[in-house]
Amino acid sequence: MAISTSILLVIALAPLLGCLLAGFLGKFIGRAGAHSATILGVAISCALSIYVLYQLCTGAVPVYNQNIYTWFEIGKYTATVGFLIDKLSAMMMVVVTFVSLLVHIYTIGYMAEDDGYQRFFSYISLFTFSMLMLVMSNNFMQLLIGFWFKRPTAIFANLKAFLVNRVGDFGFLLGIAAILYFLGTLDYSTAFANAPSLVGKTLQITQNHAWDAATVIGVLLFIGAMGKSAQVPLHVWLPDSMEGPTPISALIHAATMVTAGIFMVARMSPIFELSEGALSFIMVIGATGALFTGLIGIVQNDIKRVVAYSTLSQLGYMTVALGVSAYAGAVFHLMTHAFFKALLFLGAGSVIIAMHHEQDMRYMGGLRKYMPVTWITMWIGSLALCGVPFFAGFYSKDAIIEAVGESHRWGAGYAYACVLIGAFVTALYTFRQMYLTFHGKERFTVVADHGHGHGEHAAHHDAHHGDAHHGEHHDDAHHDDHGHHEPGVLHHAPKESPWVVTLPLVLLAIPSIVIGAIGAKSMLYSGWFGEAIHVNEANNVLAELSHEFHDWFSAALHGFAQWPFVLVALAFAIQTYIYLFNPAVADKIKSALKPLWTVLDRKYWIDDVYFAVFAKGGVKLGRALWKGGDAAVIDGVLVDGSASLVQRVARGVRALQSGYLYHYAFAMILGLILLLGGYWLVGQ
Amino acid sequence: MITLSHFIVLGAVLFCIAVASLFINRKNVIVLLMSIELMLLAVNINFVAFSRFLGDVAGQVFVFFILTVAAAETAIGLAILVLLFRNRSTINIAEIDSMKG
Repeated sequence: MAISTSILLVIALAPLLGCLLAGFLGKFIGRAGAHSATILGVAISCALSIYVLYQLCTGAVPVYNQNIYTWFEIGKYTATVGFLIDKLSAMMMVVVTFVSLLVHIYTIGYMAEDDGYQRFFSYISLFTFSMLMLVMSNNFMQLLIGFWFKRPTAIFANLKAFLVNRVGDFGFLLGIAAILYFLGTLDYSTAFANAPSLVGKTLQITQNHAWDAATVIGVLLFIGAMGKSAQVPLHVWLPDSMEGPTPISALIHAATMVTAGIFMVARMSPIFELSEGALSFIMVIGATGALFTGLIGIVQNDIKRVVAYSTLSQLGYMTVALGVSAYAGAVFHLMTHAFFKALLFLGAGSVIIAMHHEQDMRYMGGLRKYMPVTWITMWIGSLALCGVPFFAGFYSKDAIIEAVGESHRWGAGYAYACVLIGAFVTALYTFRQMYLTFHGKERFTVVADHGHGHGEHAAHHDAHHGDAHHGEHHDDAHHDDHGHHEPGVLHHAPKESPWVVTLPLVLLAIPSIVIGAIGAKSMLYSGWFGEAIHVNEANNVLAELSHEFHDWFSAALHGFAQWPFVLVALAFAIQTYIYLFNPAVADKIKSALKPLWTVLDRKYWIDDVYFAVFAKGGVKLGRALWKGGDAAVIDGVLVDGSASLVQRVARGVRALQSGYLYHYAFAMILGLILLLGGYWLVGQ
Repeated sequence: MITLSHFIVLGAVLFCIAVASLFINRKNVIVLLMSIELMLLAVNINFVAFSRFLGDVAGQVFVFFILTVAAAETAIGLAILVLLFRNRSTINIAEIDSMKG
C-alpha cells in the first residue's frame, strides 16, 4: 500500500479551490460563504495531511516520490511537477495546514469590520496552497517557484520585502543552477544520491582561485534561505512586514513562510553535509541573528514588533541548529515555534482588537482581568518561547543549545555563547512584553463617550476607508489610519475577543505545551526522519545527546538545573522586579545605558545604512545613468548628435548647389581637368 | 604643308571656345545647345584627322555615329527647350535655378 496520489492532490488543491471560490465568487457567496469555503478547503487539507503523517508514522506506507505532470522539456532537462512525501514534508504539511486552519478561523473575528474580507480569505488560502506546493515538491524547480510566492502587505514594507528577497532569490537561483551544472538534475532523489560526487570538485572562479563546489552550492542555497527566513543581514524586511494584518503576520511571517528557508536547508542536508565551510557560515549567521535581533526586541514598544524580533531570533536558533548538523533539531524547533509563535501573534492580535488597534505597549497594562483567555494562552506561548521545562519550546531549544555546545565546528564557541545569551535575552523581552501588556497599572483611560459609541465609530471607520483609502484600505486597515484615537484613550473598556479569536488561541496553546514532550524523543533522537535528513556520522551531535536523553519527564527535570533555565529564571526575576514592583527602574536603566539603548532602538543602523547605500545609492545611480547615460550619451550624442551632424554637413554642402547650369558645367569640367591632371601626374 | 598638329590645335581651340561659351553665356539655353554641338564637332575633327593620318577609316565611321547621336540629342534638347519656354515663359539661364539647395 502506498499513499494515494489523489489524496495528495486533494491536500494541495483544496485550499486553491477555496481561494478561487472566495476570490472570484466572493461577491455572490458573501462573507459567510467565503470563509466557509476557504475554511472547509483548508480543513480537508489539514485532515488529510494528518492522515498522511499518521500513515507514515505507523510505517504503513513507504515514502512517496512521484512525478505527476511534465511541465516542459528543454534538451536533457525535464521540468516536472511532483510530490516527495516523507516524514519531513508530511510534518511540514500538518504544521502549515493546522496553523493555517486556525488562522482562517481567527480571521473571521479579526477582519470582521474590514471591506476586503473575501479577498483576504482568498489570499490566505492561496498562500496555504503555495506553501503546500513548496513543502511537497520533489524537485528544485518547484521549490524555487514556491519560494517566489509573495504575499500582500503594506505597500512600503512589501516593496522592501520584495527587494530584500530578490537578493536571496538571486543566490538561490545561482545555487540551483550550480546543482544543475554539477549534478545534471533538479530532481531531489537523483541529486541527493549523486551528491557525494561533488566531493573534490571545484569551481574555477578566476585563474588562481578554485572554490569547493559543495561549499559554493551550500552557501548560495543558504543565501536563498537567508532572504526567505530573514537571517542577518537580510532580516530587515520581516519587522516591517508586521504592518500587515495580524493573521498574515501569524501565518506567513512566523509560522510558515519564513520557515521555508529552514525547511529547504534541512531538505538539502545531503548537499550541506558535504561542506564544513558552508555549515560554519550558516551557524555563524544564525548565531548572530539569534542574539542580536533578540536584543532589539527588548527596546521595542510595539507589541507586534516584539514578537517580530522574537521571530527573527528564533529563526536564528533554527539556523544555528542547521549549522551544527542538528537538522532534526532545527525542524523540531520549527514545528514547536510554529505553534507558539502563531499563538503569540494571534494573542497579540487579540490584544490589539481589544485595545481598538492600539499597538503601543506603553498604553496597555493590566489587561489580564479584561481578557483572561488571551492572557493565559499568551503566558503559555511565552513560557514555551522562553524554553521553560515541560513546555514545547524547552525540548527544541534546549536540544539546539546543547547541540551547539557539542559541536566542534569552526565558530561553534561563538555560536554557543550567542545562543546561551540569546536564551536570556529571549526571556527578557518576552517577560517585558507580558508585564507591559497584561500586568501592572492600566496606562490607558476609558472615556465613556456616548455620542461616539461603537456603532458610530464603526460607521466612521468605514466612511474613512471608503474615501481615503480606496483600493488600499485592505492593506493598512489595521494600523495607522486610526489617527482619531488619542493614544491611551479608549471609548469603552477592553473586553475579551469573540470565540472565533479565542478558540484558535486555545487550540494553539495545547500543542505549545505538549508537542515538545510528545515529539522530543522520536523526532530529535531516534532518527524519526529516516532518509529525509542525512547527517554524517562525524557530525551527528544529536546522536551524542541522545545518550543523555531518557524520557521527556526526566529531561525536563534535568532542564531545571541547566544554564538556559537559570538564565531564564534570572531574566524573569529582573523583569518581575522592574515591571511589577518598581517601574521607575526601567527608565533609569534606559537613561543609564543611553548609548546602548540608542544602538538597539536604531536596530544597529542596518536599516539606515541599507537605505542610505542601496536605496539612495540606487536612486543616485539611476539618476546618473539617466542624466549621463540616457540624456547625454544616447539622446545627446547618438540620436540628436547624428541628426545635427547630418544637418551641419548638409548646410555646408547646400551652398554648392546654386541651381545654375553653368556652375554645374564648370564643376564637371573642373573635375575632368583634375582627373586628367591626376592621371597625367601619376603617369609622369 | 598642313600637318596633324594643325588639325589637333584647331580641334582644341574649337573645344575651348565651346567650353568658354558654356560658362560665359548667361542668357540663352539655345546657345548652350550650340556650344555642346561645337564641342562634339571639335572632337569629330580630331577623329577625322587621326583617321586620315593613321590610314584607319574606323575614326571616320565613328564620326557618323557621333553626328547621328548629336542630332538626336539636339532634337531632344530643343523639345525640352520648347516645354521649358511654355512653362516658364523664358529661356534665360540665370532665371532657371529651381535646383538651388
